[in-house]
Amino acid sequence: MPHSEPTDVPHVDHADTLVQASGLIKRFGDFTAVNGIDFSITRGEAFGFLGPNGAGKSSTMRMVGCVSPPTSGRLTILGRDPVTDGAAIRARLGVVPQENTLDIELTVRENLIVYGRYFGLPRSVIRERATSLLEFTQLSDRAEDRVEPLSGGMKRRLVIARSLINDPEILLLDEPTTGLDPQARHIVWDRLFRLKQRGVTLILTTHYMDEAEQLCDRLVVMDGGQIVAEGSPRDLIERYSTPEVLELRFDPAEHEQAAEKLAELPADRQEVLADRVLIYTRNGDQTLAAARALGVEPITSLARRSTLEDVFLRLTGRQLGD
Amino acid sequence: MATATFAFREFRFWLTDYRRTWRGSVVSSVLGPVLYLGAMGAGLGTLVNRHSTASLGGVTYLAFISPGLLAAQAMQTSFGEALYPVLGSVKWVSNYFAAAASPLRPRDVFRGHLMFVTMRLIMNCAVFLAVIAAFGAVRSPLVVLALPVAVLTGLAFAPVLMAWAVTRTTDVSFSVLMRFVMVPLFLFSGTFFPVSQLPGWLQPVAYVTPLWHGVELCRGLALGTADVGGAAVHVVYLLAWAVAGCVAAQLTYRKRLYE
Repeated sequence: MPHSEPTDVPHVDHADTLVQASGLIKRFGDFTAVNGIDFSITRGEAFGFLGPNGAGKSSTMRMVGCVSPPTSGRLTILGRDPVTDGAAIRARLGVVPQENTLDIELTVRENLIVYGRYFGLPRSVIRERATSLLEFTQLSDRAEDRVEPLSGGMKRRLVIARSLINDPEILLLDEPTTGLDPQARHIVWDRLFRLKQRGVTLILTTHYMDEAEQLCDRLVVMDGGQIVAEGSPRDLIERYSTPEVLELRFDPAEHEQAAEKLAELPADRQEVLADRVLIYTRNGDQTLAAARALGVEPITSLARRSTLEDVFLRLTGRQLGD
Repeated sequence: MATATFAFREFRFWLTDYRRTWRGSVVSSVLGPVLYLGAMGAGLGTLVNRHSTASLGGVTYLAFISPGLLAAQAMQTSFGEALYPVLGSVKWVSNYFAAAASPLRPRDVFRGHLMFVTMRLIMNCAVFLAVIAAFGAVRSPLVVLALPVAVLTGLAFAPVLMAWAVTRTTDVSFSVLMRFVMVPLFLFSGTFFPVSQLPGWLQPVAYVTPLWHGVELCRGLALGTADVGGAAVHVVYLLAWAVAGCVAAQLTYRKRLYE
């Protein structure tokens, strides 16, 4: 695995490896979406694919979801081959796709019931689970309403409820909170965290570093169809960034000039972005004082802890949102 | 798990979906044949009947067009059930993708949906036959066989249309297809007048279309003029379209859902 010594991963039995990929490749015509990646996911962990749009995260998720045969490489899910045993594997997966695939003409409860039938579950089991899942996702009071007028956050929670109807061992979440407002995101995170506590293995993709930090025990950073780093959020930050970051904003007219002067500072690294200068350092406040001593006067300054965003910037030279 | 079980799960999705719209669809399935048989058979028919009906086989115009309309209506049902609902399933409602994430495979999704289309064909054709009987346009007890033949005529179209619709990303081509394929077939496949009235060069075109075979056989059964050999040819031809459509659909469904 490139750039990775998974030091923080406990040694586990083979039986506890739920997903194993090696040299996994997915091509669409001439375009290579996933270019030879290796990863393994252990029972009970929350594993993330972090990267910008187009990094190959969703293509990877679709392969793990057994709805996209790999072009080459090895992929095993729950000990089985997704190409030959897709139906058997999917019976044990829960899927939250990037786009909600709800039937907006049906009621909230009907969406769960219709979906439960796809798994061949007995009617009584579906009814029971639907009620408890609607409670879990805080949708009980909307159970008999049509889906269409629900808010984005409620629809997302309903998709999560639906994905749990077959009591899956692995839950696949493709961009679980993209497009939601901050409050709605926190509710979703809270529910996912509870699922993790119950022992459900979570596999998610995200281009939000805060989401990855909140939910993932371990993650891989993807860029251009490849894995560029792997580890726990804290481990990645320690390995690829400094403890603190000083963010400085300048008058656009003085931006470049200030950046040149700041290069004289005794900092680990400096990133000049379009609107800000980031200085990677042990102590942001001391570095700010040193910058002022050089005669640099920013409009705003912020000393903060390093995040996965900084890791991504370091590894790829680009921001996650790019 | 047997494929039939998986397909049946998809069929049940469509049944649930149909609960929303069945009332309207039942009303129009009765109203359609009443209007057509009333206007064309009884209305226009009185004019036609004043001239010689020899080229119609000596029966009233109503008796002539009723089985033709039955077959043509089966085709129209297929166009209605196999284009927009299929595109909607991959584009607007995305229910195909939801199903594909479950144990169902693309071929189960296709077969289950086709089961539902078949159910709709049986419903519409049965209602149509009942209206024909109510208009007194039945000439032979063989007419009961016109029901499966009309359904088969619909099934000569539905799988092919579904196979194509699932590959689409917009519905712009649907109206073109209806205007330039469905309507000409409806008008010139022997529904309203015998194909022998078409210009000579156009007649072979009519023989190639599945609708003409459906119209001919339904008419032969309704009027009691069908013979076993001719009927077998029509049935085999319609079956060939149905089977070819199913083979194509299993490929295109897989490509679309497992790209």
